[in-house]
Order: sequence, then structure tokens, then C-alpha cells
Amino acid sequence: MITRDGLDQIAAEEQARQAEHKQCIRVCTAAGCLSQHSNQVKEALEAAVAEQGREHECHVKGVGCLGLCSHGRSSTVDPDDVLYEHVKPEDATEIVTSIGKEPVERIKCPTDVPFFNRQVKIVLENCGIIDPESIEDYIAHDGYQALATALTTMSPAQVIDEVLRSGLRGRGGGGYPTGLKWTTVAKAVSDTKYVICNADEGDPGAFMDRSVLESDPHRVLEGMAIAAYAVGAQKGYVYVRAEYPIAIERLKSAIRAARRAGLLGRNILGTDFDFDVELRLGAGAYVCGEETALMASIEGRRGTPRPRPPYPADYGLWGEPTLINNVETFANIAPIINRGSEWFASIGTENCKGTKVFALARQITDTGLIEVPMGITLREESCTKSAAVCRTARKSRPCRPAARPAAASRRSTSTCRWTSSR
Amino acid sequence: MRRNGNRPDALIETLHSIQSTFGYLDEPALLYVSDMLSVSPAEVYGVATFYHYFQLKPQGKHCCSVCTGTACYIKGADQVLANIEKTYGIKPGETTEDGELSLLTVRCLGACGLAPAATLDGEVIGNVTVEKLQQRIEEVTVHDNA
Repeated sequence: MITRDGLDQIAAEEQARQAEHKQCIRVCTAAGCLSQHSNQVKEALEAAVAEQGREHECHVKGVGCLGLCSHGRSSTVDPDDVLYEHVKPEDATEIVTSIGKEPVERIKCPTDVPFFNRQVKIVLENCGIIDPESIEDYIAHDGYQALATALTTMSPAQVIDEVLRSGLRGRGGGGYPTGLKWTTVAKAVSDTKYVICNADEGDPGAFMDRSVLESDPHRVLEGMAIAAYAVGAQKGYVYVRAEYPIAIERLKSAIRAARRAGLLGRNILGTDFDFDVELRLGAGAYVCGEETALMASIEGRRGTPRPRPPYPADYGLWGEPTLINNVETFANIAPIINRGSEWFASIGTENCKGTKVFALARQITDTGLIEVPMGITLREESCTKSAAVCRTARKSRPCRPAARPAAASRRSTSTCRWTSSR
Repeated sequence: MRRNGNRPDALIETLHSIQSTFGYLDEPALLYVSDMLSVSPAEVYGVATFYHYFQLKPQGKHCCSVCTGTACYIKGADQVLANIEKTYGIKPGETTEDGELSLLTVRCLGACGLAPAATLDGEVIGNVTVEKLQQRIEEVTVHDNA
């Protein structure tokens, strides 16, 4: 059974281990780049490092989504702070040779541009940095510290209060105040309660949740555990689409690792809090993104929605009080506990706090993932990419957001319409 | 089923396991699951037919799934799909006569940044064109009449 001190020790050991290598090449191994065989790029880089006898100083690491999917296969080199695009295995030797010297210009991707500079990363802060298949790497980057803080220094009511004061609203599209939903579930009287993560991201064009699950699965598990503590749940389910095989494998691996580390299961971090998570796969039904249909599917039935009330908070999975939140919502919880509700509430607008992850796809020049403060306009958002994107956006027909943030924009451009903000 | 305590809620996970092992869900498998999980055959059949992912017919040696989500459709997935249909003489949900290739459609693989996307034998292929996908299919299949 791990304690908080044990967690800190794992973090310190992993940080020390990583510090042994002065250089790090990170290769994107999320679905987009993997579909372009970025695994071969990683292997070629590892071979080039070995060939040049630099294993003691240079570490090649597979990481999650680096964001600019249309420019994949992507890699970053530290401490040179260089981003490479469209990397081929044949470029490996040149990349390794160039570390500490002039970067390889023909594949260098500019990073001092609005696309990167104007982003504010909270949900995606570990994506492209940590190895999604290493719990130690997650712990070394403050992973599970929020859970430890919640379990050892806060009461469930204090956790809910912090989430309430952060102003976080559901990121699945409904925009319902997260703290309010947690309060409702917490107040429900039952010995058995559930927490469900809705990872059935069915909206065409949306791949935010997929990227988070592939790039930082422990962030989601930690958020679920904190939520379970707050509302009094003992069991969690992540309902993920069958069409996301990489996300499924990484989640399975993360759950196993968290159980082995004692961060899921019984008496977590030496407390009397028990919580475990199971994966449940969707099977191609778009309707199962709706919470009541999703619960029917977890129960092994056809994904048929039912009228509400009663709401899941009162009558959910197997008739018990159930908290359902989106992947991105859970991914915001650990930072809120770690940095405080005041910090989170300082980002965004008056009615819509924090950031929103957007998936940029379709008829634009640069596609990928960005995370920007709530309140950004579509024009500003397009212009975080490039001038070419702006020109394309102006000529485009009406577009819709891949997700429907609660208040993504209060102004619309002449060529774009948004769903109504709240 | 045992891992899930032979409970009725293990149904969908069980059907997933059967499909990934045998390629599709046949009637004996559905009846076996019905018996083991104490779920009526009608309910098992209802679940198997409700979810688009489950196949109740044998699949080909290779399976190509073309994403027809909005991002991919706008980027020309319909043309990619039409070419496969024309070249191999099958529609989505069908298998070529020689059993080499099955064609499916899927609504969003989440690879929208690389639209149009498709999968071939589970591997995601991004930035698919008519020619690129056909070439990839030809690399893995042997056809008499392609």
C-alpha cells in the first residue's frame, strides 16, 4: 500500500532518472502520427542514438499528441526546444547529430507562432511531454498529487467546494456546473454510488477526448478518483468507443499500473477510501454518448435513452446515484485541486471558466488540437493557426465547433455560426 | 464471462471478445452466451443487432473500414468508398466472393486531423486517397477479379 511519502519518493526517483539524460527526443505516438508509422521514426531515432554512442546522454521517448496533426509525424528535441514536422526514419541520424548544434532546417516547425503562443494548456499540459504508458512519468509530473491532497488534507465537502468555486462546467457539451452535479450526487442517500467517465466521443470531427486518453490516461483516472471521493462512490467505469483501440489499450495499461501502485483499489494512499475503475467498450452506437443510453450499455442492454427525470445523480447505473462527466471535465480536476479554484477561475470569462480543447479538422490548412481560454472568438481561434487558415476560414461555409463549449464565443464571424452560448 | 462474474452486464464485453476471436457473432455463440449469462436469446440478439460494431456474418480475410464522419466525408470519403465498391463489387457490410475483403463504414475514427481516414485490418490510415487506399488493399489481398 503506497502512502503519500511513497508517492513523493517515486516522483523523486523518476525525476532523478530522467535528469541523467541531458537530452530528450520525444516522438508523438498518438493515433494520428502512429497511423503514419511514427513508431518507425522512434525506432530509427533509438538506433541513431545507439549508433552514435549517445545512450548515456540522450533518451528517445514515445509521448502523446503534440498538437499539430497535419504536420505529423512530429518530434521535439530538448533542451534545444525544437519541433520537427513530417519526420521520416531517414531523418533520424541527422536529427541526433544536430542536437546541441543548428537544427535540421528543412523539417523544423516554427513554434514562436500564435498557434502555440496563444494556447493555455491545462488539460493538454502533459500531452507530448510524458510517456502515456509510464505511471512513473506521470507521477514525476505531479501525477496523483491532487488525489493525495484530497484524500489526506480535504474532506469530500471541501473538494466539492473547490470544484464549485472553480466555476468548471461540463466539457461534454452540456456545460452544466460540475460542482453542482457533484453536490447532487454527494447528497443522494445510498451505500452504493458510481462514477462514469463518458469517453464515447461520437461527434464527427471531435478527437479531443481520444487524444487525452491516448496521451495522459492517468490524468483522467485521477480526476475520477477525486470525484469518487467527493461524492462517496466506490466504483468507476470508463465507457470508451470501440473505434479508439489505442486509447483502449493505454487506458487498460494505466488502470493496471494504477492498481499495482495502490492508487486504485482498496485503502488508497493509506486512507479508508476504496475506488476501482473498469473499462467498458462501446460498440458503434452514436446514441450511447447520451448518458442514459450509455448507462444502459454498461448494464449490457441496448443503448436506448430514457426520459429524465429521474436524473442519473438520483437514479443512475443499476438504479444507484451516478456521477457522469466527460473526459475533459475529469482532466481538469487534478489541476484545480493542485493549483486552486481561484487560479482556474482567473482564466476564461465571467460565466465560463478555464480553457477548452478544440479539434481543428476539415477544410483548413493546419489541423490538430489546441487548448485556449474560454471566450476566444472563432476568428481569434483561427488566427492562432496561421494567416492561410484565416483566409480559408473566411471562404468556408458555415462551420460548427467539434464540441459545443458553454461559451466558446460571444461573437461570430460572418461566415461561421456557433451554437448558442450560455 | 467468468471475469465479469457471469453477470448479464458482461454481455457486450463478451460479444466483443467473441468477435475479436472468431471474427463475427454466429448463432451458436449467441445462444451459448445467452445460456451462460442467463439473458434471453431475444435480448442477446437485440443487443448484437443494435450495435453497429458487431457483425453477424463471417468477415473476409481482410477488413477495410472507411470513415464517413463529417470531417472525412467533406474531404472526399464518399469517393474513396465509391471506388472500393466499384473495384471490388461490394457494398458496405458485404464481403467479396473470394472471401478476401470485407467493406465496412464507420462514423468517426477520431483521426479527423488526417481526414479522410480508413482502417485496413485494424490499422488506421490517414490522408487516404482513392489511389492510396486501393494500393494498400492490393498489397494485402489476392483477388481473381480485381
